[in-house]
Amino acid sequence: MQAALGHPFVIALPFAVGLLFWLIAIRERQIGRIQGLSFFQRNGTAVGLFLIVAVAFWAVFMIVLPQLFMVEMSFRPKLPPSAMGGPRDVYTLQNYHYFLFGSATSSAEWNVVHIRAFWLTIIASILVTLGNFLLCYPLAFYMAQVATAARLRFLLLLLITPYWVNEILRAFAFRVIFSTGGLINKLLMGAGLLSEPIDFLGLDVGMYAGLSYAYLLLMVFPLYNAIENLPKAQIEAARDLGAPWWHIHAFIVMPFAKPGIASGCTLVFMLTSGALAAPLVLGGPRSLWFTPIVYDRFYQAFNWPQGSAYAFILLLTCIAFVLAVMRIGKLSLGEITR
Amino acid sequence: MNARQVMRVMVGFYLVLFFAYLFGPLIIMGITAFNTAPYPTVIPFEDFTLQWFDILFRDKDMMIGLQNSLKIGVLVVLISVPCGLAGAIVMQQVYARARSLYYLVVVSPVLTPGVIIGISTIIFWKDFTGATGIGFLYDGLILAALGQSSFISAYCMLIFLSRLQRFDHALEEAALDLGASNAQVFRHILIPYLRPAVLSAAVMAFLSSFENYNTTTFAILSDKTLTTVLAGRVRQGSTPAISALAVTIIAITVAGTIVYELVKRREDARKAAQRRTAQDAERRELAAA
Repeated sequence: MQAALGHPFVIALPFAVGLLFWLIAIRERQIGRIQGLSFFQRNGTAVGLFLIVAVAFWAVFMIVLPQLFMVEMSFRPKLPPSAMGGPRDVYTLQNYHYFLFGSATSSAEWNVVHIRAFWLTIIASILVTLGNFLLCYPLAFYMAQVATAARLRFLLLLLITPYWVNEILRAFAFRVIFSTGGLINKLLMGAGLLSEPIDFLGLDVGMYAGLSYAYLLLMVFPLYNAIENLPKAQIEAARDLGAPWWHIHAFIVMPFAKPGIASGCTLVFMLTSGALAAPLVLGGPRSLWFTPIVYDRFYQAFNWPQGSAYAFILLLTCIAFVLAVMRIGKLSLGEITR
Repeated sequence: MNARQVMRVMVGFYLVLFFAYLFGPLIIMGITAFNTAPYPTVIPFEDFTLQWFDILFRDKDMMIGLQNSLKIGVLVVLISVPCGLAGAIVMQQVYARARSLYYLVVVSPVLTPGVIIGISTIIFWKDFTGATGIGFLYDGLILAALGQSSFISAYCMLIFLSRLQRFDHALEEAALDLGASNAQVFRHILIPYLRPAVLSAAVMAFLSSFENYNTTTFAILSDKTLTTVLAGRVRQGSTPAISALAVTIIAITVAGTIVYELVKRREDARKAAQRRTAQDAERRELAAA
């Protein structure tokens, strides 16, 4: 199929959907199913126009169209500008084919490097997410239910500062600790436990440590917000009735805080699997992480369509994770993103 | 020692460990900024120096990057606060059948990895500006601001939504009954009510933009921001000047946090005093009656 008609179609799509809903709304107002003030009567013309223009610009030009253009590009071949719109500019699955099987000239059956990096990224991200949850849950519970108001304020202040130190500096801090001339090697050698330094970065220890550190705080805040709303009386009642402490957490606090747990886990998973700074700064040349591979499609292979395909694969993974969390927790999207 | 005391000790131990994990790496990095050793290291601590700060502030690329980061931050605030505000107000009024689709669309950037937002931004604006003849918009700073705003607007919207949920619509109706126009209600009732949220959304938007790397590294094209220059420097090799930058950023954040806390305490005290005065006045009036 010729790809030349793709863009006009893609641009028309969100406007068509908007128009459709508008027509349905007008129809329903005619038959009296919707009553009350119309949008412009309610907001006034000037404010109403501002609302529509701002939301349309944001939703259509900053969210929907870029995503659709990226997906559309991932089905195109890589062509020099002169050949665009020509006979070779047809929709193709070759970029996805490359992800699975490698280039047509390679003799290996599967594209082992990319596929392994992809699965490793997903599994490691899930483990990092679980680890962060275990680490942060007690703190969130303590802040929300146990700490006095003054202590709570102090803890929140302590948490805010490292939150605004950017990812690259966080990763750099781990390099200072784990590099061959770094703190841990110096300490171990000083204590006589090692005769020569261990290459922690080459072994990916630094990268995984940096990844589990990077998004810790994004787990604390959603958990804290969720547990904070739990009435203290419920916990006391359970305790009076003789429930052991782990019963209280497993059957009262966690079910209550489910939306917060889900939102913390989704955020941490999404950020970890899409992390670029920690793998770039802490990964060795042989480290496997999916995001730097996507980056290289753009800036080393200069193959934008292929990079789009890889980015779309990552996006689908994140969507699958969100859907899985919603299914397991029986939650709606609104509860996760509160 | 009884069970309660054991529990307390364990909780204290855990808190200390947690914050040691959180701050330890930052503190170690901070110390290396003051060590004369040419490679960022804590031991041996050769001698105290401020030379790395000097080298940092003379780094031209870093300073250009800093300027660009500030410009982008301002642009992001200007784009995402109005968009987030409009998004939140529309969320409350949107046609019921379209609500879940609308919510899905505007909240999706929060759950999308930053690299994907950056990638899709350059792909779309490259083709769109090329085809419509507005090529001057295909500029690193503008694209970085647009890419970051797509998810920062969503953060802003969530801030506004949580404040709007507590809004008393009787206020709006009272103003309309008294003859205010809709625009006046928006201008004189809703906006003042949302002012604290506008401020916190603006601060949050600026800080999120300033520290962003994943989206920016794609959307910035051939320009540079502080974080992309930093990433380049870190990949070239380690120097204590990078630690010096970290110390500077941490110092500014800590100072900002302390100022915010003091202002907030003063405001709380003032509000408490106002409430007391009002209560006293009311009591006196009741006593007089």
